[in-house]
Amino acid sequence: MSANPIQNPTPNTEDQGQLRPPMNFQTRRMRANSIWRYVVNNLMTGLAVLSTVLVVAPLVAILVYLIYKGASSLNLDFFTHIPAPVGEVGGGMANSIVGSAIVLVLASSMGIPVGIAAGVYLAEYGRGKTLAMAIRFTADVLNGIPSIVMGIAAYSLIVMRQMHFSAFSGGVALAIMMVPTITRTTEEMLATVPHSIREAALGLGVPKWRTVVSVSLRTASPGIITGCMLAFARVAGETAPLLFTAFGNQFWSFKLNEPIAALPLQIYVYAISPYDEWHRLAWAGALVLILMIMVSVTLVRIYAGRGVLKGAS
Amino acid sequence: MPLSETIPQMDSSTPSAKATPLQAPAILNFVTAAESVDEERDPSPIRQYLSTCGNGAFADKTFASVMLICALSIFAIVLFIFTILVARSRPSLAQFGFGFFTRSAWDPVSGDFGALPFIFGTLATSLLALAMAVPLALGVAIFLSELCPAKLRAPISFLTELLAAIPSVVYGLWAVFVLVPIMRDQLGPFLYKILGWTGFFEGSNFGVGLLTASIILAIMILPIISSITRDIMQAVPTSQREAVLALGATRWEMIRTGVLRNARIGIVGAIILGLGRALGETMAVTMVIGNHPDISKSLFAPGYTLASVIANEFSEATGDMYLSALIEIGLALFIVTIIVNAIARALVWAVTRGAPARVH
Repeated sequence: MSANPIQNPTPNTEDQGQLRPPMNFQTRRMRANSIWRYVVNNLMTGLAVLSTVLVVAPLVAILVYLIYKGASSLNLDFFTHIPAPVGEVGGGMANSIVGSAIVLVLASSMGIPVGIAAGVYLAEYGRGKTLAMAIRFTADVLNGIPSIVMGIAAYSLIVMRQMHFSAFSGGVALAIMMVPTITRTTEEMLATVPHSIREAALGLGVPKWRTVVSVSLRTASPGIITGCMLAFARVAGETAPLLFTAFGNQFWSFKLNEPIAALPLQIYVYAISPYDEWHRLAWAGALVLILMIMVSVTLVRIYAGRGVLKGAS
Repeated sequence: MPLSETIPQMDSSTPSAKATPLQAPAILNFVTAAESVDEERDPSPIRQYLSTCGNGAFADKTFASVMLICALSIFAIVLFIFTILVARSRPSLAQFGFGFFTRSAWDPVSGDFGALPFIFGTLATSLLALAMAVPLALGVAIFLSELCPAKLRAPISFLTELLAAIPSVVYGLWAVFVLVPIMRDQLGPFLYKILGWTGFFEGSNFGVGLLTASIILAIMILPIISSITRDIMQAVPTSQREAVLALGATRWEMIRTGVLRNARIGIVGAIILGLGRALGETMAVTMVIGNHPDISKSLFAPGYTLASVIANEFSEATGDMYLSALIEIGLALFIVTIIVNAIARALVWAVTRGAPARVH
């Protein structure tokens, strides 16, 4: 990389019979130019490395601080008690964990089937159609709509009509957020299933729907499960759509048409509160939430890393 | 009947199937037998089974239409959100009209509403966050796609993906207890000393305000921009890089002319996608921006964004006009993010056409 990559190429003089002066590649200007290029190259490489360090460092700092603060405030009470009244020491978020689980199961049971079915349509029935293209585009755009707008929509649809906050409306808001993610991953995963095995199934006289269910979906299932887990992990930490749908609850609640506690909501409420004891619980809750999400994302990575199409190809 | 006997044998693949010398002819037999209708034999087990199944046309059509309905539900969701937001914000739309977005009054008591401070807050924090995040994200993407040793690539991508998976409220929590004190005690006074003369760093600094919100936003949109940019840069064919290198270019010149120039449309798309995310980000911003509807030149001053005013005031909004003004803000957010995302997706698709888009 040093001075000049092309150093004095020997001119091909013998063929031509007469001598030509060799071209001089070592003028002062060119040497300066190549030093400049060398410097710029190293500078930009250094900047790229520096920015990576600048990005990775805060992440590590956030994670380490979170684990430190969370682990030092986590105890068994956190998982077994409901929030204590202001001023009392102790208490936990047991009702929020259960509430989150209820809302998420509700959201998954609505969002996952619809999302997978829409993905099946895009990959198996809609290839090359304008309609499929439009749906794909809409799904991508829907994916970028802020979660708080979903909250307003669910509020306007369900809460305003029923006149009270409910776990069900929170589930609907989260389900809407899950659909586009799952649709797009399902479609992508189905697109990687080789055509030959579909044709093999169809050639045996298997109906199309059966081919889709037992051959395509089954072959792509690890990837589709990955997509569902990612969508799940994404909505598991969502707070904004639950603010005025699930609303939060300081007590146990298992009914779908009543306000219900949720872990992210509880973290938010405790984080902006003025009490140290509540701050401690917020850190513990954040650690539990992060661990839940990280475990699912890591599991997915290991699972997906094994090769989606081992069985097919 | 050789036929009805050989078929089960073949299925169970017992040793006697091997022993039957008539196996191959039996299959031929089966084909002819299946076609001849007149023969007075018992139908084979396969035919019996198939005749109970029907031809599957009904099941096929039902399945296909169910899939289609689910796919169309995505359209329905977007349309439905739009109509319900318009319907619920009608009182405010009727009273204030377009002036809603140019007036800076926000007085729930007298029922006078305008969204300008929130638009200002949203734009200021998002653009500032982009200004901080884009150079860093480009650097990370360049490092990951062009410079990184293969061993480091997977861990760093994994880390940035984790960064994207951390929920917004946890970022907010971290910002409230770590970033705000740093901002108040170290970074803020430092910036005032260095750049105080510009007028952007004036007034009392409580640690919460536009700048803190922008920093946390930048941290949050970084992984999105960098991972999409990396994907786009990897979609540039290797032959482009080789061609530029073969002309004697240094590695940076290769990246600049061979990779960045080819991927520029997609990179712009990725940046706009990050902008879309920043515009709608709610929780972390709400926790550190100070929540005061004010238009101020100073970045230390508290502000308010479209999303955070909804998050803060929606559940305690009293009166139809107040509620519908908040829903109208939501409608504005919805329309703006749809436009921003549509442009971004179109740009990203233009580059990675053929390759399936990744879900972020």
